[in-house]
Amino acid sequence: MATQNTRGLARLMMAPSVILLLVWMIVPLSMTLWFSFQNYNLLNPANVSFAGLFNYRFFYTDPAFFQSIWNTLLIVGGVLLITVVGGTLIALLIDQPIFGQGIVRILVISPFFVMPPVAALVWKNMIMHPSYGVLADISRLFGLQPIDWFAQYPLLAIIIIVAWQWLPFATLILLTALQSLDSEQKEAAEMDGANVLNRFIYLTLPHLARAMTVVVLIQTIFLLGVYAEILVTTNGGPGYASTNLVFLIYRTALLGYDVGGASAGGIIAIILANIVAIFLMRAVGKNLDR
Amino acid sequence: MARSVTTRHKVIATVAAWAVALLIFFPILYTVVTSLKTEPEAIAGFNLIPSFTLDNYVTVQTQRDYIKPFTNSVILSVGSTILALIIGIPSAWAMAFSPTKRTKDVLMWMLSTKMMPAVAVLVPIYLMFRDFGLLDTRIGLTIMLTLINLPIVIWMLYTYFREIPGEILEAARMDGAGLWQEIVYVLTPMAVPGIASTLLLNIILAWNESFWTIRLTTATAAPLTAFIASFSSPQGLFWAKLSAASTMAIAPILIMGWFSQKQLVRGLTFGAVK
Repeated sequence: MATQNTRGLARLMMAPSVILLLVWMIVPLSMTLWFSFQNYNLLNPANVSFAGLFNYRFFYTDPAFFQSIWNTLLIVGGVLLITVVGGTLIALLIDQPIFGQGIVRILVISPFFVMPPVAALVWKNMIMHPSYGVLADISRLFGLQPIDWFAQYPLLAIIIIVAWQWLPFATLILLTALQSLDSEQKEAAEMDGANVLNRFIYLTLPHLARAMTVVVLIQTIFLLGVYAEILVTTNGGPGYASTNLVFLIYRTALLGYDVGGASAGGIIAIILANIVAIFLMRAVGKNLDR
Repeated sequence: MARSVTTRHKVIATVAAWAVALLIFFPILYTVVTSLKTEPEAIAGFNLIPSFTLDNYVTVQTQRDYIKPFTNSVILSVGSTILALIIGIPSAWAMAFSPTKRTKDVLMWMLSTKMMPAVAVLVPIYLMFRDFGLLDTRIGLTIMLTLINLPIVIWMLYTYFREIPGEILEAARMDGAGLWQEIVYVLTPMAVPGIASTLLLNIILAWNESFWTIRLTTATAAPLTAFIASFSSPQGLFWAKLSAASTMAIAPILIMGWFSQKQLVRGLTFGAVK
């Protein structure tokens, strides 16, 4: 029943958002692409020239580049492992009949709402600090030497902090999926004599597969962009030990004033993100046809 | 068949669940506790019972003008969300009520703009902000946050609007309702819950956004994310004050978050998990 008239109106209603997003997508992206082929340093802005692939080669031959890619992958992989496994276990636990389920849910979900700088500073100062942190207190209680997290295991420390922030998200999504599992199916399996482990492997896990996929994909998008947590804890160091791609580009651009180099890095980040995005779009798109 | 849940099972599960929940919540709890300690107490080792002083909260305001970044956070998150709603509602409405063959493609394309890594456009955005004099201004950051959250706003609204049955519209039209009456008396009341949920989730997301808010501000327009991040340099004796500032920075959004658990799932999974 969409007449010409309503169709025209619909177009008009969509125009502002479509135009805005189009501009938002095309203008900065093409500028990044353009800059990536230029010799352009903010300390010497009068002297801009065509650089060809120099910036890419420069970025590619920088030893920090491969370390930052590796660190990026370790952060994404480490956090995913902790949050998906931990989230599944916690979701299974909370899904049991327990007293005060509502409050337990609220406590578990809370870290997700803590802004990244606060989360990172709380962990840095009060939990992981080598002399005053809670973990140091615990170590001393057992007569052990406290760990200096950000000097000895900087990347692991960041992975733990980021995992703490995202564990609630994974738990909440998996719990939501778990609660939509048909209880009659569970009872039938139980009556057929399937034990707890078998029920989990053959019934629960397949049911959760879709939610897990969504968790992995969405978290990956955000985890590729981890920034504030690194900025306020290790500032990328020691050396490049906790520098991810985002942080390397930020350093190149705003601390090194190298517009060309940072833009080449940006293009590489886009390629990385797009690989993930393709899978995510496919998973979400399937749902749309439902 | 009612499943027989023994009390013992329930007690064990309860204890385990509460233990895990308290462990996860501990850093937040400890922040609140520390904010009520004196500075010497804050570094005097593990202690869950503070002396309940409110001095830190007062000091944060008198020495650091806490109200300013707090106000900025409120203006930026609420402003950008309302702006995104004004732009997004007509769009989501059109796609939900007069879908065409291309609606799905448009939605997917909008979602794809969300996948662009922020850092990839850091340089051009920074330079544009510099050239247009938008660095460290609330208007510049509001525009930025609006653009970032617009795809999520449209997606969430779309999934809510799509659930409003089209038959109701037809019935209203048969009863002689004009387009305006249709919108005011039929659609708006049904759309309000969805709009409210979208508003809530996006205020949370904008409040916690920590890349652009830190990089594009210095002092005047700095919201709480930038304010807190500026305390990263190691000085040992301000933990209690930092905890007070942190507690105030997360409290409002934490409470909003508790009320929006369901919407969170829906909004952040783009309707893929309900």
